[in-house]
Amino acid sequence: MNDSTPDTSSSTGTRLDPWFGAYAERAHGMRASEIRALFAVANRPEVVSLAGGMPFLDGLPLETISETMARLIATKGTSALQYGSGQGHEELRERILDVVRLEGIECHPDDVVVTTGSQQALDLVTRIFIDPGDVVVAEAPSYVGALGVFRSYQAEVVHVPLDEHGLVPEALETTLADLARTGRRVKLLYTVPNFHNPAGVTLSAERRPRVLEIARRYGVLVIEDNPYGLLGFDGQTLPALRSLDDDGVLYLGSFSKTFAPGLRVGWVIAPHAVREKLVLASESAILCPSNASQMAISSYLDTCDWKAQIKQFRELYRERRDAMIGALAEHLPAASWTVPDGGFYTWVRLPPGLDARSMLPRAVTARVAYVPGTAFYADGTGSDHVRLSFCYPTPDRIREGVRRLSGVVNSERELVEIFGTDSELDPDLTDVENPGPDLA
Amino acid sequence: MENSIDHANPTGSTPPVSPGPGSARQDDEDLHRAGGGGGRVVILAGGLSHERDVSLRSGRRVAESLRSTGLEVDLHDLDADLLPFLDQVRPDVVWPLLHGASGEDGSVRDVLGLLGLDYVGTGPRECRAAWSKPVAKATVIGAGLRTPEYVTLPQSLFRELGAQPVLDAVLARLSLPLVVKPTHGGSALGVTLVRRADQLPRAMVDCFAYGDVALIEEAVEGTELAVSVVDTGDGPVALPPVEIVTEGPYDYDARYNPGRTEYFAPARIDPAVLDRVRDAAVTAHRSLGLRALSRTDVILEKDGTIQFLEVNVAPGMTETSLFPQAARAGGYDLASLYRAIALGPRHR
Repeated sequence: MNDSTPDTSSSTGTRLDPWFGAYAERAHGMRASEIRALFAVANRPEVVSLAGGMPFLDGLPLETISETMARLIATKGTSALQYGSGQGHEELRERILDVVRLEGIECHPDDVVVTTGSQQALDLVTRIFIDPGDVVVAEAPSYVGALGVFRSYQAEVVHVPLDEHGLVPEALETTLADLARTGRRVKLLYTVPNFHNPAGVTLSAERRPRVLEIARRYGVLVIEDNPYGLLGFDGQTLPALRSLDDDGVLYLGSFSKTFAPGLRVGWVIAPHAVREKLVLASESAILCPSNASQMAISSYLDTCDWKAQIKQFRELYRERRDAMIGALAEHLPAASWTVPDGGFYTWVRLPPGLDARSMLPRAVTARVAYVPGTAFYADGTGSDHVRLSFCYPTPDRIREGVRRLSGVVNSERELVEIFGTDSELDPDLTDVENPGPDLA
Repeated sequence: MENSIDHANPTGSTPPVSPGPGSARQDDEDLHRAGGGGGRVVILAGGLSHERDVSLRSGRRVAESLRSTGLEVDLHDLDADLLPFLDQVRPDVVWPLLHGASGEDGSVRDVLGLLGLDYVGTGPRECRAAWSKPVAKATVIGAGLRTPEYVTLPQSLFRELGAQPVLDAVLARLSLPLVVKPTHGGSALGVTLVRRADQLPRAMVDCFAYGDVALIEEAVEGTELAVSVVDTGDGPVALPPVEIVTEGPYDYDARYNPGRTEYFAPARIDPAVLDRVRDAAVTAHRSLGLRALSRTDVILEKDGTIQFLEVNVAPGMTETSLFPQAARAGGYDLASLYRAIALGPRHR
């Protein structure tokens, strides 16, 4: 016997997981990612993180909220700390109508299902509609958290391009026609119409009815994911898709970007029959959303001038958007970017030949973080883009972050010129799947 | 003394006498039982390196273990609060569990020395040698070990000479497949297995994202083994080598996603060969002047040749890490072993 031939009798192997053979097939794609690991560094204060979508909560009236919460527990504690309704607290559902009315939605409290953040709403909708192999059509790029949910239910995501006016109706039509021709079952069209995550663009008023008409014609249900709709910098809000179509649209809303993500409260507005299934699905998943969180939000909406608070957020984020765009113009003239009219993000196309994933470790070394564009595609593309968030850092930090990023880009460009590598990396999209909460 | 590491064989060429599950070095057990507690340990974990996440996980695991033995343990990040904190608590010993950058390049240990604090593990000068893969390779070659053929190339050189002529020279000298990796760093970050010449430029760019100097070495085929070495005061002893079997490269996912990799501890190798592998790890540990603990990664070729790849002065201690696996395979109770390391030989 060769002296290094394995002696299989002497030792048994371990995969450090006694349940390795028991996982569902959909769990096999879950990976440990060095990209995710790098974001651990991004949370350090020395790093300017332009990665996360965290709202700037220092702007909230914390003292007032504290008093409101204390009063809630003192006066309604036994209700707030008790189980609640699977569909959500009725008082909050009524207050949600006040919020969505700002975007032209008129509906009944019974149409609303409260969820644990709109991320749970995404999960519930996907759970009740998607069988493995079903097609979900989504913008290119699309929200990383939605792609993760679709992937977890083994949907196939087909991307449709967007431009500065949002989803391109002609491309949607072509895509749906092609899919119909090949016999593919398209169940859902997922769209973030306002201040898109990550692209920053907004679906124009003119395109909205066209998108709905195309979806209706192909029998595709529209998921309108709208966490940022009230955060338009000019104070204007476009009519929600749901306001134009009661039956063909599931509207997902959230208090995470306009109030507090820590309370984890979102909602779905759904047609009657769908709503019934969503409630059943939610009850089987979580029994009921947190009563305490829902009642806290109801109290906040009752006692605080929440519209003035949103106006204040809009002004704060506009100042930060301006800082971001100004810094990009000054420091990264070789790149191009979208100029969002609201929300949290700008979508930056890197100079030719650069790969956002490959460049991230260099950026972290330079104490700046972003999300590589590959996170926002299901098909391996996007490495030529990065998503930059301007919601959390102060304007000065944003400018410093972009300045650092420009140094990283310049070093990477030099490397790419030296080595002549303008091809993309092997597509490996799973790197940022199931994003951490600070990337939402 | 029964149930202790084998004093009679400081080269560690044979397996240490196993203390058996649940036991520890007897003297520390006595200390523990006597209610001595053992003092206060500050574990440094986190930092700003690319391996921050792994370091935090390592730190938490070791902290839990040490607390279970009665030691008072603080887990602290490498940040601006650290030095005032250390000055305030004046711990009995500091255990740097920082992976990458200042954690392994000796600089944190330099500062601990300046503060007059005892710390676990290798001193700063030796850390610098071990932390640099080419310096470590050159050192162990001097001690008689084999290592794959390699070249070390800084990014600045390519700027001066252009990429293609240099890469052509590399390909003329070294045989594919090649492994491209940063000269400093762990967790397989920035590492690419290059099977075709046209993959080399991209691998270089990816490598330089993690550091300014690349090490290109010939990939050798064989059994991948990790050999942990401990020294709790009686000389370095190699723990049972752990055999790593994975589909594809032993990359970040394979290291930290349980299930991707199958480990055999002890390795499925003839015991006499395993002894040579242990000897090699102890030789690396000694020749580099390492202290307390290390992990040496090698490839055992089919003809029995042991190829040294690299050594770690702060090996990972996460749930999937190799050092704890080796310790368990050696019959050690992890908490007791960590305690023995923490209370063992220190350096200032």
